[in-house]
Amino acid sequence: MAAVTSVGETPAPAAASRPSGMHTRRRRRLKVFRYVVFTVFGLFFLLPLLAMARFSLEGAKLGTWSGTAWKQIASYQGEGVPPLLSSIEITLELAVITCVVTLALLVPTMIWVRLRVQWLSRTMEFLSLLPLTIPAIVLVVGLGPIYNRIQHYSLSALMLFWVYVILALPYAYRALAAGLGAIDVKTLSEAARSLGASWFTVMVRVISPNMRQGILNALLLTWSLVLGEFTIAFLLLYNNLSVELYSISRNTPNAGVIFSTSTAALLFAFVLLLILSYAGRTRRGRG
Amino acid sequence: MTAAPETKAARTAVEVRLEDLSRHYGPVVALDHLDLTLEPGELIALLGPSGCGKTTTLRLLAGLEDADTGQITVGGRDITHVSAAKRDMGMVFQAYSLFPHMTVRQNVAFGLRLRKVSAAQRDKRALEMLDLVGLSVQADRYPHQLSGGQQQRVALARALAIEPQVLLLDEPLSALDAKVRAQLRDEIRRIQLDVGITTLFVTHDQEEALAIADRVGVMREGRLEQLAPPTEVYSRPATSFVAEFVGLSNRLAGEVRSGEVIVRGCTLPLVERDTPDGSVVALVRPEAVSLASRAPESGSGPLTGTVIAITFLGATSRVTVDLGDTRVMAQLPTSEASALTAGSRVVLAIRPDPVLVSVGADPAAAAAGEEV
Repeated sequence: MAAVTSVGETPAPAAASRPSGMHTRRRRRLKVFRYVVFTVFGLFFLLPLLAMARFSLEGAKLGTWSGTAWKQIASYQGEGVPPLLSSIEITLELAVITCVVTLALLVPTMIWVRLRVQWLSRTMEFLSLLPLTIPAIVLVVGLGPIYNRIQHYSLSALMLFWVYVILALPYAYRALAAGLGAIDVKTLSEAARSLGASWFTVMVRVISPNMRQGILNALLLTWSLVLGEFTIAFLLLYNNLSVELYSISRNTPNAGVIFSTSTAALLFAFVLLLILSYAGRTRRGRG
Repeated sequence: MTAAPETKAARTAVEVRLEDLSRHYGPVVALDHLDLTLEPGELIALLGPSGCGKTTTLRLLAGLEDADTGQITVGGRDITHVSAAKRDMGMVFQAYSLFPHMTVRQNVAFGLRLRKVSAAQRDKRALEMLDLVGLSVQADRYPHQLSGGQQQRVALARALAIEPQVLLLDEPLSALDAKVRAQLRDEIRRIQLDVGITTLFVTHDQEEALAIADRVGVMREGRLEQLAPPTEVYSRPATSFVAEFVGLSNRLAGEVRSGEVIVRGCTLPLVERDTPDGSVVALVRPEAVSLASRAPESGSGPLTGTVIAITFLGATSRVTVDLGDTRVMAQLPTSEASALTAGSRVVLAIRPDPVLVSVGADPAAAAAGEEV
C-alpha cells in the first residue's frame, strides 16, 4: 500500500516542477541575452565617446594626460574664424530662441486643434512631419532666397532660428502629441470652461501644466537638434558651434579643443536630459 | 460629515426654460424642438437610451454646444448666446474631470480663483464644500490618490463652490461600482436639497432617475416622451415606449373590447380608454403578476405554467414562468418565491391595474415570450 502511495505521489511534484523549471531556465536565458545586447550596444555607443573624451585630455606628448584642451574652450581662437566662446554663446542663444518659438507656436496650436478643429489634426500632423522627409540641401535651396532677404536686415547667426523651428517641428510635434494624448483634453477644458475659465486660462492653467512631460521632451529634442545642427548653418554660411568646430579641425587637425568642446556639449545635453527627466518625475510623483 | 450652514440655499433658486430647442449633427437630429422647464430648486432627471438627446440637452444648457434654434432662459435671463464660461453653471461630468496637477483643495477653489476671491476666503469656501461632501480630510491629496467615488464627490464640491445658478450632472455615477453609485446618488440628492439648487441630471439608468428626481423626463429621438414625477412615469407611462423603457414589462397578447383589454382570461382596464377594439400587445408589469396557487401536475389554464427560473433580488424575487406559448415574469416577495423551485407548477393572477397596449405590435411576437 505504501509502495502504491509512493509511486502515485512521486510523479506529481515532478510534473509540477517541470514547467516551473523550464520557466526559470527561459528567464535566465532571457536575462543573459538582455545583458549581452545591452553590453554590445553600450560599447558601440560608449567607445567613440570615451575615445573622444580621451583625446580631449591628451597631453603634448603622445600617451600623456593634460587638461589644456578644456582650459582652451574659453579662450581658443582658430585662424580666420571668430572666438570659440562666441560661437558657443550664439548656439546656446539660438537653442533658447528656437525652443521658445517652437513651444509658443506648437503648444497653443495643438491644443486649439484638439479642442476646436479636430478635423484639421491630420493635416497638421502631415505638415509637422514634412521637414523629416525633405533633405537639408533641398531646404537650403528653398530657403536661400528668403535668407538672402533676411541677411539684408541682420547677419546674425541667430536668424537661423527660423529654419531650426521648421527642423524641430516633427520631433517637438510628436513629443507634444504624446503629452496631449495622455490627458482627457476635452473633459478638462469643458470642466474649466464651466467654472468660468477663458480659453487662454484653459490653455495656460489647465492643459499645459498637464502636458508637462511632453513639453519637457519637446524642449530636450529641440535643444539637442540645435546644439548638433551643422548642415544648414554651413550651407547658409552661418557660424554656429558645429561649423566652428569643423573650421578649427580643418585648419588645425590635432587641436584637442575640438574634442573638449564636443565632449562638453555632449555632457551639457546629458545633464539637461537628467534635469528634465528628474523635473518630470518629481511632478508625476506629486500630482 | 456636517453640512455647512452657509451653503443652504446659497442663492435664490432660479427657473430654467428650454424653448423649442433643436440641434442637428449633419443629417442626424439630436434634439427636435424640445421644450422643458425646470422649476426653481427642482431636480429633473433626463432618462433615455443612447442617442436620445439627453446629453445634448445638458450640453446646450451648459453652453458647451450651440443650439440650431430655440432659446434658453435662466431666471428670466436669455443665455442662448452666452459663452459657457459666463453661464454660471456648475457641472459634474461622466469622466473624471479633476485637474490632475492640482490638489483637491486647489481644484475646488479653482472657480473662485477665476472670480478673484481672496485666498483666505477661497480656502474657507473650499473646505466648507469639501466638508459638505465629506472629504475635508483629503484636501491636500492629488486626484490620482482618490477613488472614483471620491473624485466625483470632489467634482461636485468644485461645481457647487462657485455658487452656480444651475447644477448640471452628466451621468456622474456611471463610472462607479454599484455600491458607491447608490451611496453617492443619495448624497447628491441630500446636497441638492440642502443647497436648494435647480438641477438637471442626465442618466441612462432608470433606477437612478426614479430614485433621485422630482420629475423624470423620458426622451426618445430628441423629444420628450413624458415628463412627470417618478411614480407617475412608472405606474402611468404616457406611451408604450416609456412603459417599455422604464422598468421591466411582460408583453402579452390581448384583445381590446369596449375600453378594456382581455389578457389570458383576465379583464384589465386600459390607460387609454379610447383604444379601438382588436388584437393588441398588453404591457404588464412583473409586480402586477402574483402567485394565485400551486397547480397540480396535470392542471392547465391560461395562467397555469411551470417555474423555469427564480432570481433573488433581496426583499423580492423575480420568478419566470413558462405558460406554454409564452413566458411571464412575476415579482414576488422572497418569502413566497423561496417556496418555489424550478419545475414547480403554479397558477398566476394578474392584478387589474390600468395597462398600456401597443396596437401596432405583433401579438405573435408577444406570444413567443418577449420581455422588455
